[in-house]
Amino acid sequence: MRSFRILLAHEIRMLLVSPATYIAATLFLLVMGFVFAGILETFAAAPQEGSPASVFFQLFWIPVFFMVPLLTMKSLAEERRLGTLETLLTAPVTTPQIVLAKFFAAYALYLGLWAATGGFFYILHWFAGTAQGPDLAPLIGGYLFIAVSGTLFVAIGILASALTRNQAVAGILAFVLLLTLVIGTRFAATLEVLKLEHLAGLRSAVDYLQVFTHLEDFTRGVVDTRQILYHLSGASLALILGMLGVEAKLLHS
Amino acid sequence: MSAAATATSSPAATTPAIVVRDLVKTYAGHPAVRGVSFEVAQGEIIGLLGPNGAGKSTTLRILTGFLPATSGRVTVCGVDVASDPSAVKTRLGYMPENNPLPEDMRVGEYLYLRGRLKGLTRRKLAPRLDEVVHLCDLGRVRDRIIGKLSKGYRQRVGIADAILAEPPLIIMDEPTIGLDPHQILAVRDLIGSLRGRMTVLISSHILPEIEVTCDRVLIINQGRVVASGAPSELRREFFGHGHYEIDLAGPLEHLPAALADVHPGLALVSTSAADQGGFVTLRLTAPPEAEDLREALVQALARGGRFRLRALGRSRHTLEEVFLAATQPKAA
Repeated sequence: MRSFRILLAHEIRMLLVSPATYIAATLFLLVMGFVFAGILETFAAAPQEGSPASVFFQLFWIPVFFMVPLLTMKSLAEERRLGTLETLLTAPVTTPQIVLAKFFAAYALYLGLWAATGGFFYILHWFAGTAQGPDLAPLIGGYLFIAVSGTLFVAIGILASALTRNQAVAGILAFVLLLTLVIGTRFAATLEVLKLEHLAGLRSAVDYLQVFTHLEDFTRGVVDTRQILYHLSGASLALILGMLGVEAKLLHS
Repeated sequence: MSAAATATSSPAATTPAIVVRDLVKTYAGHPAVRGVSFEVAQGEIIGLLGPNGAGKSTTLRILTGFLPATSGRVTVCGVDVASDPSAVKTRLGYMPENNPLPEDMRVGEYLYLRGRLKGLTRRKLAPRLDEVVHLCDLGRVRDRIIGKLSKGYRQRVGIADAILAEPPLIIMDEPTIGLDPHQILAVRDLIGSLRGRMTVLISSHILPEIEVTCDRVLIINQGRVVASGAPSELRREFFGHGHYEIDLAGPLEHLPAALADVHPGLALVSTSAADQGGFVTLRLTAPPEAEDLREALVQALARGGRFRLRALGRSRHTLEEVFLAATQPKAA
């Protein structure tokens, strides 16, 4: 536990002194800022259903696709490329501690960046000048969704980084895996084959895998434990595979 | 009294720093280490020699618990590496081959992190860090980024990391590779200063290095230990001690008779061409069982005044020759 704390503090520190973090953060806030401004314009032009917040969180996948690979691709791939994994693992440190420290550092940064978008809503509320506060339910639901789903996305990024010593490969692998998870399942759910009677089980499984369905529930304020379980167990699985990946690569290095 | 003898004759007094028994490691069916056994007493400085691909680095990695062995048993300070790797890790300082370091940290920060990971408390770490920085002469680069350091400094950062937590056992894989002669000297002094306090196991290609620093040498070839002992013992084992070099002028036809008087087994190996003063350099060998014949030779050759003797000495075999003899293909 002590080693884990030291490693986590180290990882967060290294993320905070790395220029790549600030580039990613700037890009993220720029993109999300434009998205938010775009949403407001649509709402201003004509009355819409739902709130700006629920539409905003609908677009969570835009930053996920480029942010998560950027944040995680370096983590384990770089350690292996430099060989520093060997010095780390010959200190009294275990593989799970290393992988978890990398994961939580990246996750903390991911949450931090999303938390910064909270400023958008505050500014909106401030300028709107309405007496009543903003509708908090979709906001809380949305951020809760980001926090819960973030575990799975970041864990997938860490897994991709554990499988290769090349940062670029890790980044692309993470992108592809996330794309498959977010867009791929949505596409699979529309397949005609799944409408067949005897594939009903498979169809409900694919529906369950869809990240978007979870999002809708969350922004409506419905917190379903099944969905929290889905993301947390998925994240655990990805991290365990990541640890196994690191160890298997050692055996064959 | 050689260190090798101490290691084998006192099993109960102290637990040996390292015990390796029948260590085998195969990579996907390809054997890298085949049945290596050795023992290292506490406080010894041991050199591991061998050509490229002999299994040195693999052996060291197994000792640190970084790689699992295929079979065999390894204990470090009495702790089994396979069953309790975390206990082993607290007992050793390891510097891997090529000395990998993070590129984007400062020297001081890196050593601080390593010290904390190795279990030093903040209060103990601060003075120890100053000490190690001083010992490894890193004061001037303490606040520099590691990625921008020269090879020599990087190497010293690796060594500083290995000795930081004052572990009873230090393992260094090629610590002097890529250093200039001054730095090699400094590293040698550094390792020498650990003598008695810590057990040091280093692998190297630079043979004079090993010869000067190490109490004992293990030569590994093709995954097996082919020779082990103090450098002087190895020399005797591979070449005997009956090699003499003589600078001599005089009637060489009388020489065989004179030599036979000294020792019947004494044989002339080679004769060089005469130089300007008429001196030739002769190389002689005596059978291994013969003792030191230098004095007898001087007396025999000076007798009668036929020969003029300019120099006589036992020819010294460098560790290099021992190494070549030990690692040459056995077909011959």
